[in-house]
Amino acid sequence: MTDTATTAPETPKKTTLTVTIDGVAMEANPGELLIAAAERTGTYIPRFCWHPRMKEVGMCRMCLVEVSGPRGMSLQPACMQPCAEGMVVDTKSAMVKKAQDGVLEFLLVNHPLDCPVCDKGGECPLQDQTLTFGPGESRFVEEKRHNEKPIPISDLVLLDRERCILCDRCTRFSKEVAGDPLIHFINRGNTTEVNTFPDDPFASYFSGNVVQICPVGALTASPYRFAARPWDLDQVESTCTSCAVGCRVVVQSSGDEITRLQGVDSDPVNWGWLCDKGRFDFEAVSSPSRLSAPLVRAARGAAPEKVSWSAAMTRIATALRTYQPSEIGFIGGARLTNEDQYAYVRLAKQVLRTDNVDAQLADGLTPDAWLGFPKATINDLATAGAIVLLGPDIKEELPVLFLRLRDAAVTKKVPVVEFAAAPTGVSPYAAESVRYRPGEVALAVKAVMAAAAGSSAERQIGGVEADSINAAGAILAKAIVSGKKVVVLLGRASMAEPDRAFVEAALAVSAASSDVVVLPAMRRANLHGALDMGMAPGLLPGRVTHGEGGAWFAAHWGAGPSNPGLDTAAMLEAAAAGTIKALVLLGADPVADFVDRDLAERGLMGAELVVAIDTLPNASNTHAHVMLPAAGFGEKSGTTTNLEGRVTVLSSKVSAPGTARPDWMIATELASMLGTDFGYETVGDITDDIAATVPTHAGATRAELRRPANADGIVVPVPTEASTPSADAADPSVEENAEPRPPSVAAPKPLRVRAVDGVVPQPDSYSLRLITGRVLYDQGSIVQASSSLAKLARPASVRLHSGEIERHAMHPGDVIRVVSQTGELALTIEVDDHLPRGVAFVPWNLADRGANTLINVGELAADGITKVRLESGRS
Amino acid sequence: MPAPTKMISTRWDQADGHTLNGYLRTGGYEALRKALAMNPDAVVDEVKAANLAGRGGAGFPCGTKWSFLPKDIFPRYLVVNGDESEPGTYKDRLLMERDPHQLIEGVLIASWAIKAEQAFIYIRGEMPHAHERVAAALNEAYAAGYIGKNICGTDWSMDVVLHWGAGAYIVGEETALIESLEGNRGMPRLKPPFFPASKGLYMQPTVVNNVETLANLPWIISNGAAAFTSFGNEKNTGTRLFAVSGHVKNPGVFEVEFGTTTFRELFYDFCGGIREDRTVKAFIPGGGSAPWFFEEDLDTQLDAGVVGGKGSMLGSGAIVVMDDTTDMVKAAWRLVKFFAKESCGKCSPCREGTNWMEKIYRRILDGEGRPEDVALLLDVADNISPGLTWPPKQTTICPLGPSAAAGALVSSIRRFPVEYDHYIVHGRPIDGVSTGIYRPSLAPAS
Repeated sequence: MTDTATTAPETPKKTTLTVTIDGVAMEANPGELLIAAAERTGTYIPRFCWHPRMKEVGMCRMCLVEVSGPRGMSLQPACMQPCAEGMVVDTKSAMVKKAQDGVLEFLLVNHPLDCPVCDKGGECPLQDQTLTFGPGESRFVEEKRHNEKPIPISDLVLLDRERCILCDRCTRFSKEVAGDPLIHFINRGNTTEVNTFPDDPFASYFSGNVVQICPVGALTASPYRFAARPWDLDQVESTCTSCAVGCRVVVQSSGDEITRLQGVDSDPVNWGWLCDKGRFDFEAVSSPSRLSAPLVRAARGAAPEKVSWSAAMTRIATALRTYQPSEIGFIGGARLTNEDQYAYVRLAKQVLRTDNVDAQLADGLTPDAWLGFPKATINDLATAGAIVLLGPDIKEELPVLFLRLRDAAVTKKVPVVEFAAAPTGVSPYAAESVRYRPGEVALAVKAVMAAAAGSSAERQIGGVEADSINAAGAILAKAIVSGKKVVVLLGRASMAEPDRAFVEAALAVSAASSDVVVLPAMRRANLHGALDMGMAPGLLPGRVTHGEGGAWFAAHWGAGPSNPGLDTAAMLEAAAAGTIKALVLLGADPVADFVDRDLAERGLMGAELVVAIDTLPNASNTHAHVMLPAAGFGEKSGTTTNLEGRVTVLSSKVSAPGTARPDWMIATELASMLGTDFGYETVGDITDDIAATVPTHAGATRAELRRPANADGIVVPVPTEASTPSADAADPSVEENAEPRPPSVAAPKPLRVRAVDGVVPQPDSYSLRLITGRVLYDQGSIVQASSSLAKLARPASVRLHSGEIERHAMHPGDVIRVVSQTGELALTIEVDDHLPRGVAFVPWNLADRGANTLINVGELAADGITKVRLESGRS
Repeated sequence: MPAPTKMISTRWDQADGHTLNGYLRTGGYEALRKALAMNPDAVVDEVKAANLAGRGGAGFPCGTKWSFLPKDIFPRYLVVNGDESEPGTYKDRLLMERDPHQLIEGVLIASWAIKAEQAFIYIRGEMPHAHERVAAALNEAYAAGYIGKNICGTDWSMDVVLHWGAGAYIVGEETALIESLEGNRGMPRLKPPFFPASKGLYMQPTVVNNVETLANLPWIISNGAAAFTSFGNEKNTGTRLFAVSGHVKNPGVFEVEFGTTTFRELFYDFCGGIREDRTVKAFIPGGGSAPWFFEEDLDTQLDAGVVGGKGSMLGSGAIVVMDDTTDMVKAAWRLVKFFAKESCGKCSPCREGTNWMEKIYRRILDGEGRPEDVALLLDVADNISPGLTWPPKQTTICPLGPSAAAGALVSSIRRFPVEYDHYIVHGRPIDGVSTGIYRPSLAPAS
């Protein structure tokens, strides 16, 4: 029985093997599966169950080929056969042909052949392979197996068991990849079927992937059911902008409407997977509530009226001319393209000379913390010595990054140390979960790093038991001496704590070793691009400060602002106080998203002119004097930058509604009306201007991004040796049009992280410490404009430990008042005994009025925490 | 007439043979003490010298199987395959019900030989009595210090885990049994790479042995390999248990010298002849998977090599006798139906093919057969087992589907085409064969 293992001749160490497929010798890598090696070298072996991103099972038997062995040629499944030196393979022999014919006939025995009404028809591997490899007709005259036609297995996915060929792809995905083992084989033999347990639906954030990988029409997703036929679809490759992971997607449309998104296997990013929010929130693109024409209000509170673009733009330009630079502020822009952002930064900083620009709503981290640490890539997770989670629940905020992290932890056995005040989606995979008391993360991290350096904790620190500190310290100590990277996923774990606490904690980890690299767990799709383009007070494009980059940009733009401007919180304070007169909201909704709702409302009320440029109406728009409709995802092209700093291409596929137009056009036209001609005629002009002007983006030109070798995007800054595009790929006309770089000015030095001083909270014993984090399906405008996703948002609740509920003489299910120093919310009590006592968890944006109702920026700054009390009864 | 040779069925008629007292009184656990005084490798050598062939069906030499374990990888496990489910087989059941300590002693000797510290006994779900008896015996053995810490006063400790299956034929296949033991669906793994010796239970080196194989070990250690090989012939040493059922006057399990007795002696001397003194029309020599033998094969010796040479297998020693009134179409259908029902559902050819064949059979038996159906049956079978040779080639991971295709189906079609034609032309069996109690159209659809 070991003969197969021992017959491979002992060969001197060779990095590749030689395998002969259909008479042609080819190189294969040791351990490479025959099916993959054959495909790589141009021989397609048919298959249903095998998927390159999942473990092989050898179930469907479609890939049977003849393989040489000790007893001569025999039929073997190519998906389970590792290549061996000297292996001879025949994929086209009569025996192979008969076996493939036979397998297809067997698969069709119980298949309903309802192709004319099946969504998969036209793109169905079973259909295609039957045509290519299968018999012309079936000899099966018996009654086929019958099942109830599609049964819902979740809110989004339906299962037609009659069509299923039992390839184990969906079940393997749910168990192996997503870690949500909610669908299984039940029964056996010919009655085997895929199903869920009763009353336990396939409620996974990744359920749409099983629809994409199903080789037949057994699994369908409700947003695409009967929406189009594959041959009517037109498609373009693009990047998902639901979050900052930047998954590669194919956007498919029919009749100028987006019908479906499919994941593209991008090796450094998403491996073909998408989360359900990213896959299905394209529904918001064609939402009837889209803004489609400019609207103005004669006065605050008046009904908006449709006007022409020229009237709206004239009103804005006229008003802006009357204000001093310091009286104008720009808020938002983190979801726009790099080109939109660059155009707005030029409008604000070059034309209007205001530095009051902030892409964040005090819900993230300071730009130096996002950009100033040595950067990690997503691929670094798999080879790291340890992963430190010092941010939000990435399963809720960056779902596909969660899949990659889960793979690193489960498959590659990389230990994960999680610092989180409340349990997260990563907790089940963490080697150690350090549960710090809200507000005391820096204390906890410092204690762990001290333990890693040899001084063990002997008592509880920051609410963390000494055992947990020492266990986490031991993992990190081992990782640090291993010489491998330590990847920190850094982000804002809770909006009820100030950002500096997390920066202070990250600095403590970073100080331990030069091998510590940081992957910013930023949520908004293009926050990285926004900061790269200078959408923050004190920053200029290219991750430089005014001090470092002032001369460089003065050479390009003429003199700009020299003093750092105001961040969003300060702008809103200033607007409330009347010192900022005009606020421009770039796809931003401060009322829902700014940490302090009360301040957001006061700020918007205080401004003389509020301009909202957006795709969908939101709570802040009610304060806007002018609303401009912007083109959204799938309607505009350009580039976007993911959390690694990877610049990828966004493509337009459908027309924007009404007269909505891309943001860069709006910025360019406003600049022109205010007297500055940017010279941009197409979005590509801006891409090339960025590559030519912004030092970090040198090399990320249109021509380079179009090269097939750069299909996965370009991580900026591009290493210098690769920064010169090859002569054949470069488009000389682009080079001519690009702005010449002034040779006399040295490139500015990049941003560094500034040290911060934390505050240790000292709350009174009557208060609970508030934790608030985002959930995937919330009351955000895009989710709510996507009909399939809107219903998945759960009712608002406050999660408490049962002991805490008891101490307050309350009961699960009670609607109670959660009261802070600035506001209160009526919420239903939900038990969560994974939470420590003394804390209350309120999801960020689930109620009509979100958790930001409870947060006060002053309290955050002074106390380092948000305190709440629980009170019975409705207010 | 050859006399029965009792080596492993000695306690079957002893009222307390299943208890520790009854076992100890008849020399129980002496072989264990002897083995523990030997070097484990010496135990392996003794079993190799005894040339003990596996009794589960494949007949692979037990000692050789043990020596496939990689030298330095621990832990390693012994798994006892007590999922005896082959149609016609019920010998392991008796070994477990009537002499469980003999099995346990065999488990301990094998574990000592292969340096395992944990063994798993997997008992078929439909055998609650065997399960109870083995469980009771394990408790007794633990209490008496034969299992557990410092066995018989030595430094060696080991544990035995008892697992009760849920009733799936496929779990008799060793890799499916391992999957089931790990808590997964009982579905076979592909070999290679998942040879149990290298990647078995929990991906550790594992030996899977049949109950009867292990039950031979106490005798071999007590009496020596030379004494063992004095029974049987050169290649078939010791004795074998044969479970005879079907149309014989006195069905049962018989222990006979391996390799020397003939089928005729077994049927006529041990089983008292064919019912109503009829003639043998066909018989299954080695379990429901095996191709059939016929009257002219009666003088064949019960020798694995000889039976294999004649195109079938001795398998697990399950012999089913069919007399001259048997409906051969219906008999083949009944076996195909078994495999269709027991297919685990993993490989498409077996899952869909066995079911398809069963449906064709049912149609023929219901009088709806078409002239092309026999050729269709053979071609569907050929797509599960290319060439329809024996041992079967397979388009599947395990031989379940291929056995259904290349076993009973092919045997009955090749030998009795007239009976198929009669059904197809007349819608009923040929004269003189029993219609039996099964009405296929009333059988529940599987």
